Amino acid sequence: MRSAMAGDDAAYHRLLKAVTPVLRAAARRGLARAGAPADQSEDIVQDILLAVHLKRHTWDSEAPFAPWLFAIARNKLIDALRRRGRRVFVNIDDFAEVLPGEAREETASANEVAAQLGTLPQRQRDVLQSIAVDAASIRDTAAKFSMSEGAVRVALHRGLAALTAKLRDK
Amino acid sequence: MDTDQLLRTLAADNARHAPRVGAVLMLSLLVAAPLSILVFVTFLGMRPDVMTAIHNPFFDLKFAVTLSLAIPAIVVSLHLSRPEALMRGWGWLLLIPVGLLAVAIGGEMMMGPSMPMMTRLVGKNSRACLSSIPAMSLPLLAGALFGLRHGAPSHPALAGAIAGLLSAGLAATLYASHCTDDSPLFVATWYTLATALVSAIGALAGARVLRY
Repeated sequence: MRSAMAGDDAAYHRLLKAVTPVLRAAARRGLARAGAPADQSEDIVQDILLAVHLKRHTWDSEAPFAPWLFAIARNKLIDALRRRGRRVFVNIDDFAEVLPGEAREETASANEVAAQLGTLPQRQRDVLQSIAVDAASIRDTAAKFSMSEGAVRVALHRGLAALTAKLRDK
Repeated sequence: MDTDQLLRTLAADNARHAPRVGAVLMLSLLVAAPLSILVFVTFLGMRPDVMTAIHNPFFDLKFAVTLSLAIPAIVVSLHLSRPEALMRGWGWLLLIPVGLLAVAIGGEMMMGPSMPMMTRLVGKNSRACLSSIPAMSLPLLAGALFGLRHGAPSHPALAGAIAGLLSAGLAATLYASHCTDDSPLFVATWYTLATALVSAIGALAGARVLRY
C-alpha cells in the first residue's frame, strides 16, 4: 500500500487483487452469519473496494494496514445488511479469522455497480466502460473520445465517486 | 461489471491524490469562520469594558475553557475520521474543559464571591448565551462536517457530535468576549447547555452526512 500511495499503479493493482479474495470470504461469512443469501456478496466486495479506493488517504502509512481495511469492510457489510432490513450482527472475527490462503481465486460479477453505472452522465459512463470493460489505458481512452488525458482522469475519478455515492444513498 | 474490471479501473485512478483530512477540515473551518464572525460583529460585538475585563482572571478563564474544548475536539474529530479509530483512550481530552471549570468554581468559592451563588449562576445574559453560541456555531458546524466528509468515520453520529463540540467551542470563544457574566458557575451552566445543543445537532447531521 505504501508503494501504491507513492504512485506505483501496478503495486496498487496487485494489492487490490490480493485483498479481494479475503474480502470476498469475509463478506460471504458475514452474510451467512446474518442468515442472508450469499448472492449479495460480490456487491459488498465491490462496495468495499470502492470505499477503500476513495478513502485510501485516511490510511496512516505508519499504522498497520489490516485493521484499517477490515474497519471499512465491516462498515460496508453492516450497511448492506441494514439495507436489507435485517438485524445486524457482525462479528469482528469474521474478518480476523480469514486467512488469505483459504480463499479461492476467482472473479465474479455483481449487479449493483453495473446498474448504477447506467445512471451516470454519458461522459463518465463512456470513460468507465472503456477502462473497465474494454481494458483500455487512460491514453487510449483519451484518443477514442478525443479528450485530453487529464479530462479522462477527471471523468474517471468523478465517475467512481458518483458510483459510490449512489450505492451509499440507495 | 465483474470485480477484475473494477480493480483495473481503480488502479487506473491511482494517480489522483486526495489531500489529508486535517488540511480539508482546517480549510473549511477557515471558510466558515468569517460567517460566524459576521454574526458576532453584527449582533453582539465585544463588551465595552473589555480592556479592564482582561485583568479579571475569571474573564480570561472563559477563553481557556472554550479553547480547551475546541482544540481537543478538533484533534479527536480528526482521529475519528479514520475508519479503524475508536474513542477509547481519546475521550479524556474532552474532559479538560470540565476539569478547568471545576477548579475555577472551587477557586471562586474560596475567594469569597461578591454576589450570591444564584445571581452568579443565572447572570444577566443566559438567554443571549443560549441563542448566540448556537447561532455562531452553525456556520462552523457546517464547515466542520464538510471537512470531515473527506474522512471515513465508522461512527458518523459520534464524529458529528464531536464536530458540534468543536464548533461550539470556537463560537463560545467569540461569545466570551461579548458576555459580561464571568462567573465559572454561569459558564458551567449556560455555555454547557448551548454546547450540548450544538453537539446534538452535530450528531443528528453527522449520522446522515458523514457516512461514507
